[in-house]
Amino acid sequence: MSTSVDTFRDLAQQDYKWGFVTDIEHEQVPKGLNEDIVRTISAKKNEPAFMLEWRLKAFRHWMSLEKAQAEPKWANIKYAPIDYQDIVYYSAPKQKKQLNSLDELDPEILRTYEKLGIPLAEQKMLAGVAVDAVFDSVSVATTFKEKLAELGVIFCSFSEALQKYPELVQKYLGTVVPYTDNFFASLNSAVFSDGSFVYVPKGVRCPMELSTYFRINAAETGQFERTLIVADEGAYVSYLEGCTAPIRDENQLHAAVVELIALDNAQIKYSTVQNWYPGDKQGRGGIYNFVTKRGNCKGVNSKISWTQVETGSAITWKYPSCILQGDNSIGEFYSVALANNYQQADTGTKMIHLGKNTSSTIVSKGISAGHGQNTYRGQVKIQKNATGARNYTQCDSLLIGDKCGAHTFPYIEVKNSTARMEHEASTSKIGEDQLFYLQQRGLKAEDAVSMIVNGFCKQVFRELPMEFAVEAQKLLSVSLEGSVG
Amino acid sequence: MHLLEIKNLHANVDGHEILKGINLILNPGEVHSIMGPNGSGKSTLAQVLSRHPAYEVTDGEVLYNGKDLLAMKPEEAACEGVFLAFQYPVEIPGISNTYFLRSALNAIRKYRGEDEMDAMDFLPMFREKLKLLEMDDKLMNRSVNEGFSGGEKKRNEILQMAILQPKLAILDETDSGLDIDALRIVANGVNALRGPERAMLVVTHYQRLLNYIVPDFVHVLVDGRIVRSGGKELALELEEKGYGWIEAEAQPTSA
Repeated sequence: MSTSVDTFRDLAQQDYKWGFVTDIEHEQVPKGLNEDIVRTISAKKNEPAFMLEWRLKAFRHWMSLEKAQAEPKWANIKYAPIDYQDIVYYSAPKQKKQLNSLDELDPEILRTYEKLGIPLAEQKMLAGVAVDAVFDSVSVATTFKEKLAELGVIFCSFSEALQKYPELVQKYLGTVVPYTDNFFASLNSAVFSDGSFVYVPKGVRCPMELSTYFRINAAETGQFERTLIVADEGAYVSYLEGCTAPIRDENQLHAAVVELIALDNAQIKYSTVQNWYPGDKQGRGGIYNFVTKRGNCKGVNSKISWTQVETGSAITWKYPSCILQGDNSIGEFYSVALANNYQQADTGTKMIHLGKNTSSTIVSKGISAGHGQNTYRGQVKIQKNATGARNYTQCDSLLIGDKCGAHTFPYIEVKNSTARMEHEASTSKIGEDQLFYLQQRGLKAEDAVSMIVNGFCKQVFRELPMEFAVEAQKLLSVSLEGSVG
Repeated sequence: MHLLEIKNLHANVDGHEILKGINLILNPGEVHSIMGPNGSGKSTLAQVLSRHPAYEVTDGEVLYNGKDLLAMKPEEAACEGVFLAFQYPVEIPGISNTYFLRSALNAIRKYRGEDEMDAMDFLPMFREKLKLLEMDDKLMNRSVNEGFSGGEKKRNEILQMAILQPKLAILDETDSGLDIDALRIVANGVNALRGPERAMLVVTHYQRLLNYIVPDFVHVLVDGRIVRSGGKELALELEEKGYGWIEAEAQPTSA
């Protein structure tokens, strides 16, 4: 447990501390995107034929979108045009042979994990977390698989799943986020390099939190992760995702896709703490994070819950959504998004009610500081057959300073008159009186701000698994340092 | 050495001069009351002493324990033992009373080079102080002042004072908005904290509070100046005659 204490001590340093570049050999394909690159990626990974076909269809679709200049422009974010031909679409740490244990792992990679405070080894066992660590684009180590295997739980890299369980992947891939879904999802479908795959069989409650740490490392490498989680009938799984990335001057594109499928009576809880490099104080650099995350509550009484703490990235474009297809299914979205310095976040959710007596809850907490611009964009759609649907939306914004902005775009579309909709929204500013009150009790201004902000976010933090909640609080405090004079 | 020595203190808020030359000395163990009509500068004095940033000191000096109080940030003054019981305590949603108070206490202990207090030691002490103020245990886990009644907020201020154990406690109209039972409870809490090491500055509009918290000295503030000082009987005289006669008396000096 001392590991986490040390991690938090390190977190208390003002500047983005994870700005180191690990020096390991990379195997890269040339810059740019064409059919050959797609074929190369698929071939390098020795993928089954259906996968290559799907990638190629996605690629052709993406090309048509690119030609039609269909990159989405509706979000409340500004960035220089991305040159998609100036990106390396695949990079893998060179490995000579298959590894039998962590001891055989490149010591450089192990040291990187240590700097990140990600103990791959036994410590995680104590914490009850299995880690499938993604280093750049290829999974290099997976732990606790055996224990999970006893229960029939599959938790592995996407590449491995394609080798071992191609029929499962083929059955579910693209069923929630088709390759035609949007510009960035199409791109991802064509070139995704790796990611995680989870399958929890009927009636199994996954006994540990599943966790993946993503890390972007190779210079000029866009990262395109693909995650697919299937909870079969009556299954339960909680999945954690946490990210950091090193300092770099050029902007880095990240376009991930996450698909969740919950069958009858199944539950999926997906938690994210996102702390990619946000750019410097003048707004130079930082990650462009264009993510498509969607879950389908396919079965009756199923439940999907998204919890996210978004403190990093220069640009965040992300709307984890739920399709409430099964009757009585439940969708939840709990979000904290922070935009400090020149960060821009346009994030929210979509709740699409199809089944009867479906219900959804949205709690969004946006924090803007410095010159940050924070946008909540949400859509709640009650379709014609969704009798007895309910939605509760709470959307709060907190402003720190007078140069930042908070924006809210809630879209509500109701096609069934039995629907019950509630929407609450508030915008507040951290007041001098609130700060003074805490300072008068002995707290430093920065600690006072952090306390007020953490209080503001409490509704969301309590949805996070314990160790993540603590980390998220610290992260928020660190991300806000220097925002109060 | 005096605990607090205020010399010719002038202060502005939004460009208006509110304090126009305050002189006052407090020694450890003494309870002083500041009385005066609305707008005379009582609350401003309380806020300046606790270092609220909105007030600009234009002249004079304040020595606290021999140190320059006016050079301190609010949290430094707090850590040095200056406590303000607010007239209008603010709400901090999502932060429990327990967490807030332990953080505050530990910030102060840290400043003094003492070890932080863990939850095991803190909670019994917290419960004991709750009893002193006849407060419900439930208040421990409620967010700071959120949804508290006016009386609960004021009791919470004194609870904080009981836990933080300041050297100089400034009570800013702690009696306002209290019914007679709550007033008695708050006053009992304050009286329990009287001691030879601690000085108190009780700012109030009404004499009523001073029946419960009996001061050693009473000062009357009119238009930013202390125009009269005396013993506790001065408060009674004010209650009987109102502020008018003192204001009238003060007039020639300010003209």
